[in-house]
Amino acid sequence: MMLAFEFTGWWVSALKVLIAAIVVPTCAAIAVYLFLFKLISFMQSRLGPMEAGPHGTAQLLAEVAKWLQKEDIIPDAADKKLFKLPPFIILGTTFLMFVVIPAGPTAVVSSLPAGIFYVLAVSSISVIGVLIAGWASSNKYALMGGIRAAGQLIAYELPMVLAVLGVVIQAGTLNLQEIVYQQSGGEIFGWSGIGNPYILTQLVGFLIFMVAVQAELGQTPFDMPVAESEVVGGYLVEYTGIRFLVFFLSEFAGAVGFSAIAATLFLGGWNLPDSWGISRGLMHFIGPIVILTKAMALTGVIFWVRFSMPRLREDQLQKFAWKFLIPASLLNIAVTAVLKVVL
Amino acid sequence: MTAITDRQKLAYIAGQAADARVNIELETEGMTLNMGPQHPATHGTLRIVAKLDGEQVIAADPIMGYMHRGYEKLAEVRTYAQVTTLVNRIDWLGSFANEVPFILASEQLMGIEAPPRAQWIRTLLFELSRVANIILFLGDMAVQLGALTPVFFAFRDREHVLNQIESATGGRFHPNFDRIGGIKDDLPKGWLAETKATMANVRKFCDEMEELVMGSQIFEARTRGIGVIPPDVAQQYGLSGANLRASGVDWDIRRDNNIGLVYDKLDWKVWTHTDGDSFARFWVRMQETREACNMIEQLCDGVPSGPIMAKVPRIIKVPAGEAFVSTENPLGEMGYYIVSQGDLTPFRVKIRTASFNNVSITPWILRGVYVPDIITILASLYFILGDIDR
Amino acid sequence: MSSNEVEVAEEAPPTDELRESLVSRLTELVGDAVLEHHIVVGKDVWIRVKNEAWVEVGNAVRVPMGARFFGFVSAIDWMPSPYGRSMDSAVDTIVKGATDKPVPEMVTGYAGGESRFQVIARVTNLKAGWSLNLKTDVGDAEPSVASWTQVYAGADWHEREVFEMFGINFVGHPGLRKIYLPGDFEGNPMRKDFPLLARMVKPWPGIVDTEPMPGANEPADAASSEEAVS
Repeated sequence: MMLAFEFTGWWVSALKVLIAAIVVPTCAAIAVYLFLFKLISFMQSRLGPMEAGPHGTAQLLAEVAKWLQKEDIIPDAADKKLFKLPPFIILGTTFLMFVVIPAGPTAVVSSLPAGIFYVLAVSSISVIGVLIAGWASSNKYALMGGIRAAGQLIAYELPMVLAVLGVVIQAGTLNLQEIVYQQSGGEIFGWSGIGNPYILTQLVGFLIFMVAVQAELGQTPFDMPVAESEVVGGYLVEYTGIRFLVFFLSEFAGAVGFSAIAATLFLGGWNLPDSWGISRGLMHFIGPIVILTKAMALTGVIFWVRFSMPRLREDQLQKFAWKFLIPASLLNIAVTAVLKVVL
Repeated sequence: MTAITDRQKLAYIAGQAADARVNIELETEGMTLNMGPQHPATHGTLRIVAKLDGEQVIAADPIMGYMHRGYEKLAEVRTYAQVTTLVNRIDWLGSFANEVPFILASEQLMGIEAPPRAQWIRTLLFELSRVANIILFLGDMAVQLGALTPVFFAFRDREHVLNQIESATGGRFHPNFDRIGGIKDDLPKGWLAETKATMANVRKFCDEMEELVMGSQIFEARTRGIGVIPPDVAQQYGLSGANLRASGVDWDIRRDNNIGLVYDKLDWKVWTHTDGDSFARFWVRMQETREACNMIEQLCDGVPSGPIMAKVPRIIKVPAGEAFVSTENPLGEMGYYIVSQGDLTPFRVKIRTASFNNVSITPWILRGVYVPDIITILASLYFILGDIDR
Repeated sequence: MSSNEVEVAEEAPPTDELRESLVSRLTELVGDAVLEHHIVVGKDVWIRVKNEAWVEVGNAVRVPMGARFFGFVSAIDWMPSPYGRSMDSAVDTIVKGATDKPVPEMVTGYAGGESRFQVIARVTNLKAGWSLNLKTDVGDAEPSVASWTQVYAGADWHEREVFEMFGINFVGHPGLRKIYLPGDFEGNPMRKDFPLLARMVKPWPGIVDTEPMPGANEPADAASSEEAVS
């Protein structure tokens, strides 16, 4: 297979970045259409958007066009410079997350040796954006939302890291690409029919990770930072037009991103089991489709939960994180480490 | 019961402590949060000025009047028949129920009684408006707690009920159907069977809500022990309807002080709950919706034939006197105190609405709770702004 | 009070033992503070008490008599409206000369009254299933009465409403301020001498509704039966 991936030089990276810059918003748009518009409409026994394009497929474009036309309002009392900053911080961190997510043997912007560590580090930068947004809006609801978001992200960062640790211990590497290969090449008690996706051995870790993702993204039942019936949108309350659009899209891109990471860590990533004998060349093409499918399935779960659960209270959320999730994930690590040594 | 009252006490003490802390120790100024008049949780234009210490409420002061329309004054310059148009707009979700106590009070003053068929149809429409009203509560409570889906189900199934009200009265929201001495029109053909079919729908909706909302652990965590109202406090503030029964007070005007409606001919049950918290209020309303379905089915089966209008003069002059008649409306006890001086218009009409009393407890109950609990408590008290402001 | 049922007397001279017993019990408790009472048999009872004893009466009905449920507190302005019914349309005024009508005498309702303003409250005993309507005279020029907030906590907002709408002062109320109207609103809208401006500007045409239907040759007062189609 002769592919562009064989070229070398700085512009290869540039090309990859360009592709990522197109792929990420596209994924977010697909997620919005599939889940926010259609899955939810189905759940709520209504049709959802039907007018723009066949079955409303172009609805998102229409919405974007609408948002772009809206007046860009900045409150008088707001800290103007800071107010403009957060959408781009949050969008930036979301994009940076995608840097290390592999979508094929070579289809990764940069295969960092400590990839998973990098993802977790980068994803938590977004909290700074949220805090700035909350503070700079000079709005009490925004401030409360921002502070809630900060408290929540700190509380849920920890179980997320600890949940990932189990995988890292089992795989013995921090590199996402390596973790993928470990899973596709592994075997379950000598049977290698489906490789060894870590969801089987790290089920507890997977569940904790997904719960933490739900909280990290601020989706119901953990959406207190933006709870519309309490703090009326929280840190988003003063943002309109294009700035809100950026927040909105990065939320969905983030959902896809975290789902892709979960798929990579626990579901075998882009790779199919080695025992199926698919040639590596073919995987260049199949890989992206596989990871996208898995990521979308997980995104679907995230939104499914989002639209069926009521919201927890802030203190209940903190209790849940510190008294349940963190001990559970520590236990998971301990068991994993012991088994790793013993077996 | 004891565990919950302890909790209530603790919340109250915490509120007091927060107050003291702000005033003396730290000298941090509490944040004053202005919820409303345009706030999604106040469904209408209630404004709550809450003093906060962190997320804890130290003091909450509801401010209303953004929708005050002065119906009591307006009623003084309208004939009795014209007043029903006004009072329709008080609790706009169950508007037929607003007309009934006014008409009953007027009938009591005039000493006439509606014929049996009119009474049955009145009761039937009364219960239908209760269902139309409470269905929305069941969905709305969930949406206030962050679950978006149930409210869509609520609107979907409420539509069927509204259709029934519309086909009988001609108005989806403001029927203006009740007349002194009877009702305006007879029921359309086939209406009773359709209504019974609709009730099957509502029952299914209740089952769905039970699974989707009440079955959720998060919902329980958010509502159990939140906003506990002991029975004595509930009576002092004049809470009524499901709010009162959720506090364990077994009082239902339909059973205990029924005037002019046919509840005594039906087989039904008054539901109470001993906890007095937000969950209990939700639970009681859920059971009441089911009970209302039962009643409507019985009413549909039992409507007698006969005239729908008693003999009344064309020009209605109500003899001098005073009367207070209240009914168990969807929101609670709604009553009209009518003073007549024998004129075409009432001399004075005092409208005793349920929500006004129900919400007057908020300064007491919101003390010491967290900001998200404000929403839970307000949603579970269930008020309609028109019913507060009149 | 011992009987749980509201007994509608069916014998020839209608009496209402339950409500009679309520009045005598209250008289027993507060002595001569009870001025007058009126019973509508089987329906309701009105008791007028002395202004000074308002709180004492409240306590008496709440604790010993057990009427713990608070219905409402409101007021009545017995002065006949100087603006008439505000509902005579322009046609009526010309034809009948409605403006010449003399302003009628002030008439008070059940249980009598001595002043223009009366405060009325309704409380219920939920266990026994009876209600009391309590009235008290509060004066003409500067009406005032003691506040019930220490008796029934729920009276708070009701008294604020009455204060705003009728200008009746409730002595001892913790925060007597406006409840509905904006802070700078002047006047007390529910007083009869407060004009309903909407009617001043444009007379209500609705009176036409109660005129005889065209073609109906009966006098206006006669009962025209509206038979149901059934």
